[in-house]
This record gives sequence, C-alpha cells and structure tokens, in this order.
Amino acid sequence: MVVVSTENVPVKTEPDVVSVRRRVREVAAQLGLGLVDQTKIITAASELARNTIIYGGGGSMQIETLNGPRVGLRLTFEDQGPGIPDVELALRDGFTTGSGLGLGLGGSKRLVNEFAIVSRPGEGTRITITRWK
Amino acid sequence: MEKIPILKMGEFLLVTIQVDMHDRLAMALQDDLTRAISETGARGVLIDISSLEIVDSFIGRMLSNIAAMSRVLDAETVVVGMQPAVAITLVELGLSLPGVRTALNVDAGMDVLRRSVGASEEMYGSRLH
Repeated sequence: MVVVSTENVPVKTEPDVVSVRRRVREVAAQLGLGLVDQTKIITAASELARNTIIYGGGGSMQIETLNGPRVGLRLTFEDQGPGIPDVELALRDGFTTGSGLGLGLGGSKRLVNEFAIVSRPGEGTRITITRWK
Repeated sequence: MEKIPILKMGEFLLVTIQVDMHDRLAMALQDDLTRAISETGARGVLIDISSLEIVDSFIGRMLSNIAAMSRVLDAETVVVGMQPAVAITLVELGLSLPGVRTALNVDAGMDVLRRSVGASEEMYGSRLH
C-alpha cells in the first residue's frame, strides 16, 4: 500500500469538527470517491472528531490518501486522553458515558470499510478508519 | 454570534439550514425555535435541510429534540429536503429520526403541516358540537 499524501488537522475545540468535515470532504472529492462514500466517511469523521474532543480532551486527525493497489482515504484520530477502559462495550450502540446517543463509535465503524481502535487507559486512544474507492 | 434565521409565515415557522453547523449553533437553533414557537403560538415548524451535506448523530439528535419540544408546545415539525446520500448514511449510522416527520421538499412539507393543523382543528370542532 502506497501512502500518497499525509496531513494533520488539529481536533481541539468544537469548531474544529466543522474544519475536519470540510477537509475530509475536499480530500475525498479529490480522490474521486462517490457521493455516498464521501458522505459516509465525512459523517464518521464528524463523530470521531467530536469524541476526540469530548472524551479525549482534544487531539489530532491525520489524513492519508492511499493508492496501489486500491485508492482510498485513511483517517487517524489520536488523543492523549483517559483512554477507553472497555473498547467492546464502547462500540455497542447506545452505550455512552457522556450525554450523546452512543452511536459515535459503533456507527462510524459501520460507515467505513476498515476500522481499528487502540486505546490504553491513562495514555489515550487512536482510531483509524479507511474508506476505499 | 452567528445565528440561523427563523421566518414566520402565517401560523408556521420556517427554517432553512444553509451552513455547516457547529454543535453550539445547532443547540442555539434548538433553543431559539422553542422560544419562537412559544412566543408566536406557531402551529407548525418546517426545517429545510436540503443544503446539509451530512447529518451526524449530534444534528440528528437536535432534529429529534426540536420535534419533541415543538410537539409538547402543540406544534408539528416536519423536516424536508434530506439528500439521498445523507439518508443512506444516517440509517447506517443507526439513526432513523424516530418521532420526526419528514417530507421530500418544502411544498410537500407545507402540505403535511396544513393537513395536521386542519385535522386537529376538525377534531377540536367536533368536540364542541
């Protein structure tokens, strides 16, 4: 797999969620992702960016465009927050420790082709999602 | 602060969301609409989301909240113009907007509101006789 381009976007304050959506849209459109695929990865990014801020205390998103053999978009959200003690539980629909609907993690997983989560209590969380063209 | 305008048209309130809303703006809209219903005695609220390129769980929750609050204040809410890609994504995300009435476009949405207001007046009228 060849990473064609990489960039970092800050995910620290609430307005950053809008910047994340805008930037993911631009890159997804440049890559030639279809409208539904674009909408799915932007929505997933919006959920994860909000989680990064609310639960992770802020962090960053890395955008990578992939090529060879397949064209795709990979996003990595990383924070140095408290981490998720029970990832499996957190992925379950309806589970939330905040005031949301508890659809963020499980929902974003359904919206992408690949989903990986690494979380260590006290150290932080890293979530990687990929949507292929 | 940035605000989403609320227009009054007869007994209905109209909102067209044309910007990519950050969360606080969505919360402000929820508060403003609730206040506007109570102040104007509006019987219906039409929210046009045809410009929205995504609806995530936060915005979805806002739409559900508005529908619930307006119902408590005796007004019907209809959300119109959702883009097909948004609808597909929303359902896959796990949100089907329970309790929110929807229509394909503004015209159809206005019909829904007029019918629902007409129906409740008919019921009220028949109880009087």
